[in-house]
Amino acid sequence: MTHITVTVDGVKYVDQVEPRLLLVHYLREVIGKTGTPIGCDTSNCGACTVLMDGQSVKSCSVLAVQADGSDVTTIEGLANGELHPVQRAFHEEHALQCGYCTPGMIMATTDLLRDNPHPTEEEIRDGLEGNLCRCTGYENIVRAVKRAAEAGVTQ
Amino acid sequence: MIPAKFDYVRPSSVGDAVSALAGGGEDAKVIAGGQSLLPLLRLRLAYPELLVDIGGLDELCGVTDDGDHLLIGARTTHYQLVHDPLITEHCGLLAQAAGTVADPAVRHRGTLGGSIAHADPAGDLPAVVLALDATMIATGPAGGREIPAGEFFVDYLTTALAPGEILTGIRVPKLGADWGYRYEKFHRTAQAWAIVGVAALVRRSDGHVAEARVGLTNMGSVPIRAAAVETAAAGAQASPEALREAAAGADEGTQPPADLHGAPDYRRHLARVLTGRALEAAAGV
Ligand SMILES: Cc1cc2nc3c(=O)[nH]c(=O)nc-3n(C[C@H](O)[C@H](O)[C@H](O)COP(=O)(O)OP(=O)(O)OC[C@H]3O[C@@H](n4cnc5c(N)ncnc54)[C@H](O)[C@@H]3O)c2cc1C
Ligand code: FES
Ligand code: FES
Repeated sequence: MTHITVTVDGVKYVDQVEPRLLLVHYLREVIGKTGTPIGCDTSNCGACTVLMDGQSVKSCSVLAVQADGSDVTTIEGLANGELHPVQRAFHEEHALQCGYCTPGMIMATTDLLRDNPHPTEEEIRDGLEGNLCRCTGYENIVRAVKRAAEAGVTQ
Repeated sequence: MIPAKFDYVRPSSVGDAVSALAGGGEDAKVIAGGQSLLPLLRLRLAYPELLVDIGGLDELCGVTDDGDHLLIGARTTHYQLVHDPLITEHCGLLAQAAGTVADPAVRHRGTLGGSIAHADPAGDLPAVVLALDATMIATGPAGGREIPAGEFFVDYLTTALAPGEILTGIRVPKLGADWGYRYEKFHRTAQAWAIVGVAALVRRSDGHVAEARVGLTNMGSVPIRAAAVETAAAGAQASPEALREAAAGADEGTQPPADLHGAPDYRRHLARVLTGRALEAAAGV
């Protein structure tokens, strides 16, 4: 067992974990943050995307021990009393159907807009290429990202 | 799936990392960004008994100006390669190719050293460091040594690194402003690996190609220099026709794999077409 200290959604957690524990399993099963889903076994789908020290990562492809000392933001930490502007844009543009990919899409979008506050349509599609959606055909997702960008989201 | 059990250490110096790796023998593995290793562990295609995490070794991170070379730490991420001003100025090919690797989240974690040590024939950066005439810098129990890119890639997923050796950095000769470059990657879906990739560098002088270097991705079990193209292009006119003619020999001496993305003949065709495009873009015509 290895000792880790991680800040998740603003709260500091200190735990003993097995080195093989994946960050996504730590989030879901150890600290109960089930807002981050797991969609694949191959690091392809992006459903599990969270921010680690401000950058998007696939939490199924990071060991919890590798997150020691870092600051993690999940979909559960994004809203601040009311919906985060990216969440609101997804809601308003109907950018989801089943919603399974949505936590990852929204986290990847916040990262994309931090890097590039005014992306073109092509940059949006490239920026979200690590996130797969089985339902929407992506059109409304791209619209939602544009809307969030127009609303001036940079964090 | 959940990976099989392993022990884990996170050393705080390269020396400690080498000792831990050597002490673990055949069953010890380095983990850098984990973007190739963790998918293998999750699918239980690899069973290391010890992971030596080099994630704490900040001295392996970043780019330094070293006179006529750049020294790039093995832990430098793909994201850093894309955004580092020294890389953009002196070996833009590396930044361009790193920007085609996987997707943003993978690029935040995955490292140059990991890509090179993993030596996947479909990986984009091995052919690029080969075309750049880069040198790999390794440290092991017997001390440090340098390995030219041309001798580094030995076979499918196999490099010249000895057990217990860690890749610490990569030395890349700076390219002057007279060099143009292009990485042409052909794949069918977002975030996918290259079916074939071509890394081209062209130095132009007086409307001619003074020198060309071409590295091929996924045209064999290791990245390959397209020697026939380099010879044909040297001295040729910098025109689309002449460059396409030079590119006609791109598949010479290659042994492209057959898989569900394409048969060897198809890959040969792609290598010729993509080499033509890459040379034209690199020559700015
Ligand atoms: C969904 C997905 C898509 C991808 N698509 C592409 C793509 O299109 N093109 C592409 O090129 N790559 C792609 N990759 C792989 C990606 O580039 C990885 O980041 C890279 O191959 C490995 O870097 P890493 O730091 O994550 O290495 P790790 O996964 O940590 O390690 C990989 C291997 O290298 C060894 N190693 C790592 N660092 C060192 C070192 N310093 N010294 C000695 N040995 C070392 C490890 O022991 C291990 O065997 C993809 C990955 C994923 C998950
Ligand atoms: S669960 Fe699919 S990428 Fe992480
Ligand atoms: S809304 Fe169902 S997978 Fe995207």
